[in-house]
Amino acid sequence: MPDWLIAALITLLKAVLVALALLTTFAYMTLVERRLLARMQIRWGPNRVGPMGLLQPLADAIKSIFKEDLQVTMADKLVYTLAPIIAIGMALTAFGGIPAGPAGSLFGADPWVYNLDAGLLALLALTSMGVYGIFLGGWASGSKYPILGGLRSSAQMISYELGMGLSILGTLMLIGSLNFRVIVEWQALAGWTVLFQVFAFALFLLSSFAEVNRTPFDLPEAEQEIVAGYLTEYTAIKWALFQMAEYVNMITASALMATLFFGGYRGPVFLDGLIPGISGWPIIWLVVKIAFFLFLFIWVRATLPRFRYDQLMRLGWKLVLPAALTNTMLVAFYLAFLKPAGLGLWFLGLLSLAGLLGLFLMSDRVRALWSAPAAPKVPVKPARPVGGD
Amino acid sequence: MLLVAVGIGVLAVIVSAILGPKKASRAKLMAYESGNDPEHGGVGTNQRFPVHFYLVAMLFIIFDIETAFFYPLAVAYQKLIPFAFFEALTFVLLLLVGYVYVLKKRVLEWA
Repeated sequence: MPDWLIAALITLLKAVLVALALLTTFAYMTLVERRLLARMQIRWGPNRVGPMGLLQPLADAIKSIFKEDLQVTMADKLVYTLAPIIAIGMALTAFGGIPAGPAGSLFGADPWVYNLDAGLLALLALTSMGVYGIFLGGWASGSKYPILGGLRSSAQMISYELGMGLSILGTLMLIGSLNFRVIVEWQALAGWTVLFQVFAFALFLLSSFAEVNRTPFDLPEAEQEIVAGYLTEYTAIKWALFQMAEYVNMITASALMATLFFGGYRGPVFLDGLIPGISGWPIIWLVVKIAFFLFLFIWVRATLPRFRYDQLMRLGWKLVLPAALTNTMLVAFYLAFLKPAGLGLWFLGLLSLAGLLGLFLMSDRVRALWSAPAAPKVPVKPARPVGGD
Repeated sequence: MLLVAVGIGVLAVIVSAILGPKKASRAKLMAYESGNDPEHGGVGTNQRFPVHFYLVAMLFIIFDIETAFFYPLAVAYQKLIPFAFFEALTFVLLLLVGYVYVLKKRVLEWA
């Protein structure tokens, strides 16, 4: 067999492996989410199907395969079928570029499916392709609620994509590369980016919650407002594919946060003093970090109420966007003038922390941007005293 | 990866289409509208939507192009300082003018 064929086969194998791993994670993620939500509300989650409910995801999967696949009469047949496939395809593909370890650490093979120099851009592009899946699904259903949900979700996702794209610019300026491996290795030397970019991380976290349609930003599928949004007319496996895409996007967002801000597949170096080499354990650290962020997603879901739609858009455009630009210019200023003046990276960390604190301190004033509908200021005339003159 | 990912989607849809029961009826295939007959449904009927969605999409295009210009600058930034800082500042300030205009025009108010 020629070399390229072997390489192609290995890549294919890894792709299948990653896809299956993601799907399994998705299945068990639903279980874990239900269990955790239950624990947070002082009740038991699913615990009947199998020991501790461990077979529940399997039962759900089998059920959704054997369900009747309806197609509403007014639906656009082709697009209706295509939309969930686009959603899941883009979601799964986006994950393939994230490295799970240094080169050759997966039984001699590289632990990633594809490695691009512009890996970060490719990932952002693929995740934003997910908008197409959702919007086309909503549009093709030919019914009111789905169209409304689709419109909402497309407006929301493109708005927060800006925040997402802009908030990582500071990190990119520091590191000077879009390649995930370079990003991780830079952090292994200089320390986790979150130490210097906590402001950017907060914005990125916020945007990624909105980007994957999770509470408190899950307006496209707000059950109490517009039934199930773009999912209203979907049944059986197509519905499951949309759910899958949402959860896979969540996993990808977690992995992205871990890779960009938390050292990716490298653990904290100071632990090396306890157990030598612990920071370099392949894959385990990435999984731990992803699990932490997934837990955060669930925790937030159990904690925060949903935003109203106008609040959501205002938050995205009036807070996240200018704050991300500010952060970018802050890093630019630091690199251009303060670093040559001999101030270390810690100073940037302090600056960034100050930005975050400033945001918190101003929170009442900031919140007014997105919670109160900005009424035109009408000067209140003092009432004329009765009688008098 | 794309091949595998899309393949999984297609496979799932096909398997489900083969295995699932097929007993469609008129009532089942009606669009959901709390049990009423759907009004103004259907793809391509001229429903009307707030212009806000359109405006947001346009703003997104503008600012996303800005982001696209910013990426190369960010990656090459350390080689171009301090010159690049002023370039970036000018660019951001120009955009800020547009942003303030949009704010003052109250395009971003969804009331």
